Amino acid sequence: MMQDPASRSDRDIGRSEVKNTTCYMCACRCGIRVTLRDGEIRHIEGNPDHPLNRGVICAKGASGIMKQYSPARLTKPLLRKEGGERGKSEFEEISWEQAFALMEERLSRIRNDDPKKFALFTGRDQMQALTGMFAKQFGTPNYAAHGGFCSVNMAAGLIYTFGGSFWEFGGPDLDRAKLFVMIGTAEDHHSNPLKRALAQFKRQGGRFISINPVRTGYSAIADEWVPIKPGTDGALLLAIINEIIKQGLFDRDFIVNYTNGAELVINEPSRADHGLFYRVEMHYEEGCFDPQNKLWWDRELDVPMGTQTPGCDPRLLGEYVMDDGTHVKPAFQLLTEAVEEYTPEWAEGISGIPAATIRRLAHEMGVVARDQKIELPIPWTDVWGNEHNKVVGNPVAFHAMRGLAAHSNGFHTIRSLGILMTILGTIDRPGGFRHKAPFPRPVPPCPKPPKGPESVQPGEVLDGMPLGWPADPKDLFVDAEGEAVRIDKAFSWEYPLSVHGLMHNAITNAWRGDPYPIDTLLLFMANMGWNSSMNTEKVRQMLVDKNEEGEYKIPFIIVADTFQSETIAFADLVLPDTSYLERHDAMSMLDRPISEYDGPVDAVRIPVVPPTGECKPFQEVLIELGSRLKLPAFTKEDGSRKFKNYPDFIVNYETSPGSGIGFLAGWRGKGGEKFLKGEPNPRQWEMYSKNNCVFHYELPKSYQYMRNWNRGYLEWARSHGMTRYAEPINCHLYSEVLQKFRLAAQGKREGKQPPDRLRKRIENFFTPLPFYYETLESQLVDTHQFPLTAITQRPMAMYHSWDSQNAWLRQIHTHNYLFVNPLLGKSQGFSDGDWIWVESPINKVRCMCRFSESVEPGTVWTWNAVGKASGAWGLAADANESRKGFLLNHLINEELPPCEAGNHMSNSDPVTGQAAWFDTRVKVYKASAGEPECSSPQFPTQPRVPGQEKKRGRWQGYVAGIFQKKGRR
Amino acid sequence: MHPAFSVIFLTTLIGVGQGLFLALFTAQLYRLTGLLEHDPGTLFYQYGSLLALCFLALGLFSSVFHLGRPERAWRTASRWRSSWLSREVIALPLTMVTIALYALLHYLGLTQPLITIGEDFSLDPTLIAGTVATVMVFSLFICTSMIYAAVRFIQQWHTPLTVLNFTLFGIASGFMVAALLAAWMENGLVSFFGGWAVVATTLALFGRSAALYRNHKLRGKSSLQSAIGVRHTIVTQKAMGFVGDSFNTREFFHHRSPRTVTAVRNGFLLLLFPLPLLLLTPSLVGGGSLELLLAAFGSQYLGLLAERWYFFAEAKHPQNLYYQTRS
Amino acid sequence: MTQLALVIDLNVCVGCHACVTSCKEWNTSGWAGPMSDHNPYDADPSGTFFNRVQTYEFGSYPNTETVHFPKSCLHCEEPPCVPVCPTGASYKREDNGVVLVDYDKCIGCKYCSWACPYGAREFDEKQRVMKKCTLCIDRISDTQLPESERKPACVLACPTSARLFGDVHDPDSEVSVAIREQGGYPLMPEWGTNPGNHYLPRRKIRLHIHEDELVRVNNPLQKEEIVPIDSGDTIDDVAW
Ligand SMILES: Nc1nc2c(c(=O)[nH]1)N[C@H]1C(S)=C(S)[C@@H](COP(=O)(O)OP(=O)(O)OC[C@H]3O[C@@H](n4cnc5c(=O)[nH]c(N)nc54)[C@H](O)[C@@H]3O)O[C@H]1N2
Ligand SMILES: Nc1nc2c(c(=O)[nH]1)N[C@H]1C(S)=C(S)[C@@H](COP(=O)(O)OP(=O)(O)OC[C@H]3O[C@@H](n4cnc5c(=O)[nH]c(N)nc54)[C@H](O)[C@@H]3O)O[C@H]1N2
Ligand code: SF4
Ligand code: SF4
Ligand code: SF4
Ligand code: SF4
Ligand code: SF4
Ligand SMILES: [Mo]
Repeated sequence: MMQDPASRSDRDIGRSEVKNTTCYMCACRCGIRVTLRDGEIRHIEGNPDHPLNRGVICAKGASGIMKQYSPARLTKPLLRKEGGERGKSEFEEISWEQAFALMEERLSRIRNDDPKKFALFTGRDQMQALTGMFAKQFGTPNYAAHGGFCSVNMAAGLIYTFGGSFWEFGGPDLDRAKLFVMIGTAEDHHSNPLKRALAQFKRQGGRFISINPVRTGYSAIADEWVPIKPGTDGALLLAIINEIIKQGLFDRDFIVNYTNGAELVINEPSRADHGLFYRVEMHYEEGCFDPQNKLWWDRELDVPMGTQTPGCDPRLLGEYVMDDGTHVKPAFQLLTEAVEEYTPEWAEGISGIPAATIRRLAHEMGVVARDQKIELPIPWTDVWGNEHNKVVGNPVAFHAMRGLAAHSNGFHTIRSLGILMTILGTIDRPGGFRHKAPFPRPVPPCPKPPKGPESVQPGEVLDGMPLGWPADPKDLFVDAEGEAVRIDKAFSWEYPLSVHGLMHNAITNAWRGDPYPIDTLLLFMANMGWNSSMNTEKVRQMLVDKNEEGEYKIPFIIVADTFQSETIAFADLVLPDTSYLERHDAMSMLDRPISEYDGPVDAVRIPVVPPTGECKPFQEVLIELGSRLKLPAFTKEDGSRKFKNYPDFIVNYETSPGSGIGFLAGWRGKGGEKFLKGEPNPRQWEMYSKNNCVFHYELPKSYQYMRNWNRGYLEWARSHGMTRYAEPINCHLYSEVLQKFRLAAQGKREGKQPPDRLRKRIENFFTPLPFYYETLESQLVDTHQFPLTAITQRPMAMYHSWDSQNAWLRQIHTHNYLFVNPLLGKSQGFSDGDWIWVESPINKVRCMCRFSESVEPGTVWTWNAVGKASGAWGLAADANESRKGFLLNHLINEELPPCEAGNHMSNSDPVTGQAAWFDTRVKVYKASAGEPECSSPQFPTQPRVPGQEKKRGRWQGYVAGIFQKKGRR
Repeated sequence: MHPAFSVIFLTTLIGVGQGLFLALFTAQLYRLTGLLEHDPGTLFYQYGSLLALCFLALGLFSSVFHLGRPERAWRTASRWRSSWLSREVIALPLTMVTIALYALLHYLGLTQPLITIGEDFSLDPTLIAGTVATVMVFSLFICTSMIYAAVRFIQQWHTPLTVLNFTLFGIASGFMVAALLAAWMENGLVSFFGGWAVVATTLALFGRSAALYRNHKLRGKSSLQSAIGVRHTIVTQKAMGFVGDSFNTREFFHHRSPRTVTAVRNGFLLLLFPLPLLLLTPSLVGGGSLELLLAAFGSQYLGLLAERWYFFAEAKHPQNLYYQTRS
Repeated sequence: MTQLALVIDLNVCVGCHACVTSCKEWNTSGWAGPMSDHNPYDADPSGTFFNRVQTYEFGSYPNTETVHFPKSCLHCEEPPCVPVCPTGASYKREDNGVVLVDYDKCIGCKYCSWACPYGAREFDEKQRVMKKCTLCIDRISDTQLPESERKPACVLACPTSARLFGDVHDPDSEVSVAIREQGGYPLMPEWGTNPGNHYLPRRKIRLHIHEDELVRVNNPLQKEEIVPIDSGDTIDDVAW
C-alpha cells in the first residue's frame, strides 16, 4: 500500500537542495526557486520573494524541467561536413578549440579587411548589452536584436512621444487605475506581473476594455470586447482624440505644463522653418534634450511669453502673429486641426466599430480621467522649481503591444495612442502609465547611430552605437548618395527611425548583395530559418542559394543555439549554448532590465545544474572571441586577455574606465555598499545570490511619479548615471523631429537629403502629427482578391518556437488551426474542422480551420509558431507539429510589391522599419476532396545532429532523482 | 463510451454460459416434473455444464485484458458491499464453482433422490446443486448488468432494461447453444431448447427495442450549460486543453462515424433476432441440421457482439461534454 | 468535518495553463507520480495530467464571451467514484475529504472513471492504474514545508490567483466566503455529487455616463474661447 501521503515529506526522499535563479522560459524573467533531488530538477516554482512575479509562475516556467532534459538539446560544436550541403544538417563534431580557431581566423580577417562583412543578429535574447558591445568593438554596424521585427513601433512611437513606452519600458498602473483599455495585446513580455495586476484590477472593480480583432487570453476576461479590423486602430484612436477634444475632456493643466501642446509652432508654409517651434535666443548648454527656448501665448495679456513663465496661462487654441510677423499656432491647435476630419462616423467605416461605441469609449475615458482623479499626499518638486503637495492621477490606463506595432502604419497609430494618453493626463501618474527605470529618457534618447561609411574602419571600433535614436536627418547612417550603410538598411532614408534595426531584412539583403554582400552571419538565439523570418519558404531558399561560382551567397553562417531548431540545418558552424539553468546571465540596466514602477531592478542567473555535454554559454564564447580578436574592451594594454570568464567580466567591466557603471547595478562599490554606480565589487555575484538573484532599489515615494518633470528624480537619475541631463522631458504631442525629416524631403532643410525615389515617401510619412493611412500591403495588393487579414497570437503556454521540444507544453499545442468566423466559413462553403487553403499574394498554406465566434469576420488567426519543420526540435519526422501544424510566416511578405519608393522596400513601417507581420492579406478556400490531410508546405525531414540524443522511448515518466538513471527512460 | 472488446467478450461469453446452464437445468426440472418426454441423459448434463464452464472461463479470461493490473485481481473482492464490480468478481467464480459441482455430481451419478416430495418430485443432490447454481447464475446476471445499470451518469444504461436484456440475451443465446448441443448429441431436445430460444429471443427483441426506444427519447440530464455553469443558449467548446488525445477522449468516445454506429445497430437487429430465428425454424419443424443450428447460434452470437458494441457506443457519458473540440 | 477543495474564479482566469504544468511538475516526482507521457516526442503525444484548462465560447459575434475553464477532480462530498471501486483503491480521506487513489491497490479496471461525471480521472497507460488530482496531498500535509507553502502547486502557481484553496466546511474560510459572496456554484449539480470544488462566475463592470456628466462647468474649452470684443454700442450707452 502506498505510504500515507500525510505522513511523508518530499524532502526525505533524496538529497534535496533549493537554489534561486531567474527563469528564461520567456523574456519576462521571473524569479524562480529550483529544488533539486539528487542533482536532478525536482520542482521549479516562482520565488515568493521576487519583486516581479511574487511567487507565481506560468505554464512555461513550470515546464522548465522538460526544457532542460529535452532531446532537442545540442551538446557538441558542429561543423558542416566537407562537401555536405547546407540545409541538410550534415555535420561533424569538432572541439571548441577548433571552433574558436576557425572563428578567430575568419573574423580577424574580416575585421582587418572590412568589418561590416560580419553581421551579428540576435533573437529573443536579453544580452544586447554584451552582443551590442561586441559588435561595436568588432567595428561592424551590422548588429541588431529582435526589436526591429518585434515591436519597435511600440518603442519608437511612444519614446518619441513621451520618453518611455510599454513593452519592457513601462506599463499600466493597474493598482490604481479605474478604467483599463488594452489594445492589441495577447500575452506580452510582462507576462506574470500583468496577469497578477489584471486579476487584482478586476477584483478591485476596475473596468477592463479590450480592443482586439480576437477575443482570447486576457481579452477573455474583459468587461467589454471591441472587435476591430486589423490595422485600423489609428482611425479609432484619432476619432477618440477628436471626440475628447470636442467635448473638452482633456486635462488642460497637464497639457499646458507637461507637453508641448501650448508651445508655438511656426505656421508659414512657404518658409524653410515651417512647422518648427518658434524659438527665441537663449543661452543653453547643447545636449540631447529639448531646450526650453520656446514660447507660450498668454491668455490674459495676449502676448507671447517664455514657456513656464510663472503666472502665465497659455492658450492651447488659436492662431497668433509674432512681433516679427511670423504666424504661429499652439501645437495643440495643430493637433485639433489634424484630427478634425477624423470623426467617429469616419472611423466607423474603417474600423468596423460603430460610431456610437467610439463616442462612448471616448466619454468613458474622458469622464473617468476627469472625475475620478486620484490624489496622493506625496509632495514633490518639478524641474521648474514649483513645489507640489500632492501627486495627481487620472485613473485611465492603457496597454498596447504588437496588435498596434506589427503594422506598417503602427508608428502613427502608436503616436496617436501616446497623444491620447497624454491629453488624458496619464503619463507617469498614479492609475495611468508608469515608467520603469532607466526610463523616462530624453525624446529621443541620446545614443546615436554612426554618421556615415567612414565610421566603419578596418581594425577599428565602430564610431557610434550600432543602434541609436536619430533626432534629425543628420543622425542618419547613410553614404553620400543618401543610401544605407547597414546591411539591413536601418537608419537610412528608407526607414529613418529604425531604432532597433531591421533584422528581418538582413538575410534577404545579404542574399541579394544589396547594399553589399557579407561574409559571415552570426545568428544567436534567433530562429531565422523559421518563425522569425517572413516569407520563410523563400528565405530558407536564400540561405542555401549559390552564386555562379558555386559559392553560397551568404558564405558562412554561425548559429549559436541551445536546441535543434530549423535554423540549425542552415549553419556552417553550430555553437551549442547552455540552458538557462546552466549559466550565468545578467539582465542588465544597460539592456532592458526588469525594473518596477517604483524603481530600478536588475537580475542575474546563477547556474543550478552543470552544463549538458559540451555546451558553453554564448557569453563565454563572446568573451573568448573578443579576447582572441584583441578587441579593446576585452584586452589589457599589453594585449593580454582582460577577463577570465563571463562572471569575471560582469563584475569588472566598466562602460569606460572608472565610470563605475557596469552590467549590474546592485551591490557595487568595494564592499557592495553602492548601487547603480560604483567601483567593481569582487563579491557582487555572491550578494546577488543571497538576494534571490535580484537587485531592487525602491525610489523614495516623491521620486516615483511625474518623473519626466520631477526634479528630485531627474537629479537622482543623473547622479546615478541613468541619464545625462536633469532637464524636463515634455511630451511631444507635436513632433518636431518628424517635421525635420519632412522639411528635408521637401528640400527645405540643409544637410542630408533623401534620394529622390524616397522624397515623397518621407514627406508623406514624416508628419509631426499622426495621421491614418491604410497599411502599405493593403494599398498595394488587390484587397478584393485578398479580402481578409491573417494574424497570429502568442499562446500563453508556448514561447515562439522554443517549446515544441518540451514534452509537456507540446501536448497543449500539438498543432494549430486557423480560426475563422463561422460567417466566413459558411460563405466559403467549408465547415468547422475542414482542411482549407489560405492564400496570400506570395504563397499559400494548407491547414485545418476552426470556427470561432470570437474573431472579427474579416480576420483569420492562428497560434504563432506552433507549426514546425519535419524533424526539427528533436521531434519525430511525422510529429503533428509538422504534419498538421502550419506556419503562417510563409504567407507574410518580407518585401512590398514594387512601388514608387523602390522594388525591394521592406514590408515594414516606413518610419521605423517595424516588420508588418499583421498586414498580411489573404483569401481562404476549401481544400479539394482528394488532397492529402496534411499541412502544406512540407519540407524534407531534418535529421538529428551529432551529439543530439538518439530517439527517446515511447514512454516517459519523469521522476526527479531517477530520471537519468539507466532504464528509466 | 469506447466499446472495449475485452468487456464485450466477457459479458457475451459468460451470458452464453449462464444461459446454457439455465437450459440444462430447465431440462432437468422439466424432466423431473415429467413435462419432458426424452431424457437427455447424464452425459448431456456433463457436457453441457462443461461447455457452460468453458464459456464462463473464456469470459473470465477475456476480462483479464480489461484490467490494467490483472495480477491484483484478487483484491477486487473486497468491496462487495458497495461495488457491483466487486460483486461480479465474487459471483462469477462462485457461479462457475456451483456449475462445476453440478457437473461433478452428474458425473458421479449422484442422482438418487434424497427425499421425495409428493408423487414425482424427488430431490437429488444435482437438483440442490442446480438450484444453487441457478441462483448464482441469476445473481451473476444481475451483478454483471448492474455494473452498467448502476452507472447513473450513463443514462442509456441506467435502467432495469439493462438487467432484463443482459439476462434475456444470456438465456436466448444459452438455449441456442443447448439446442445445438442437443442436436449434436441427438437426444431429441432440439425443439425443446429451440422453442425456448425462440421465446427468449423474442422477449429480448422486445426488451432491446424498448431500450432503443427509451434511449432514442432520452434527453441528457447534463448540458454544456450545467457542465460549466454558464446560462446562455449558445455555448460551444473551443479547446479541451490539449490538442491530442487523453484518457478522456479514448475511454468515453467510440470515435466512429454515425453511419458506422447505425450500421452496427441495424446489423445486430438483423443478426440477433430474425436471422437466427429463421435459421432455427427448420430444426423446430423437424427439418433442421447441425449446420443450420450452428449458423443460427453463430449469427446470434455475432449479433450479440454487435449489440454489446452498440450498447457502449450508444452510451453517452456526461464527461464528454468537456471533451468536444480540439484546438 | 473538513472538506478541502479549490474555488476557481472564472472572472479572472486567463487560461494560461500554469496550473496545468505546475501540477504535472509537482506531482510527477511526488507521491502521486510519475505522470507518464506517451510518445513524448513523436506523433500523437498524450499523457497523464490531473488538471486541464479548457476554453468555451458563448453568444455569437460580436456579443461573444470567451471563458477559460480549468478542471481537475472536484473532491466530491458524495463521490460516486469511490463506492464503485472494487478494491478500495479509491477512497475519500476522513480527515480532510480529499479523494485519493492508492495505486498499489488499483487494478486499473477504470470503473471509477465511469462513475465520475466530470471526467476528472485519468488512467495512466504506462503504470496502468487510475490517477487523479490529489489536491497535492503531499504538499498540503507536509509539515516540513512552511505554512505559506502548504498549498497545492496549482494554487501557488496561478498568476491571477484564480485558484483559492481551503476548507469549504469552515464558514469563515477564504473559500467559503468567496462562494457565499461571489455566487460560487458547483458543476453539474443535477447529479447530487456535491462537489467540494466550486466556481466563481463572470462579473461585469459597466460604466454609465449620464449626459449631464459630459459637460462640466470647468470644461477647459471655455478657457480657449477667444471672445471677440465688440466695440459697438452696448446697453450701457443708452440712457433714458
Ligand atoms: N507570424 C509571426 N511571426 C512572428 C511573430 C508574430 O507575431 N507572428 N512575432 C515576431 C516576434 S515579436 C519575435 S520577437 C520573433 C521571435 O523570433 P525568434 O527570436 O527567432 O524566436 P524563437 O523562436 O523564440 O527562438 C529563437 C531561438 O532561440 C533558441 N534558444 C532558446 N533558448 C536559448 C538559449 O538559452 N540560448 C540560445 N543560444 N538559444 C536559445 C531557440 O532554440 C530558437 O532557435 O518572432 C517574430 N515572428
Ligand atoms: N507565452 C508567450 N509570451 C510571450 C511570447 C511568446 O511567444 N509566448 N513572446 C514575447 C514577445 S517576443 C513579444 S513581442 C510579446 C508580444 O506580446 P503581444 O503583443 O501581446 O503578442 P501577440 O500575440 O503578437 O498579440 C498581438 C495581439 O494583437 C492583436 N491584433 C493583431 N492586429 C491587431 C490590430 O490591428 N489591432 C488590434 N487592436 N489588435 C490587433 C492580435 O489579435 C493579438 O491579440 O510577447 C512576449 N511574450
Ligand atoms: S513568465 Fe516567462 S519568465 Fe516568468 S515564469 Fe513564465 S516563462 Fe518564466
Ligand atoms: S493558472 Fe490560474 S489563470 Fe492560469 S489557467 Fe490556471 S486558473 Fe486560469
Ligand atoms: S481503476 Fe482502480 S481506483 Fe478505479 S475502480 Fe478500478 S481499482 Fe478502483
Ligand atoms: S470529481 Fe470525479 S473523481 Fe473527483 S471526487 Fe468527484 S466523482 Fe470522484
Ligand atoms: S491540487 Fe495539486 S494535484 Fe490537484 S490540480 Fe492542483 S496541482 Fe494538480
Ligand atoms: Mo517579440
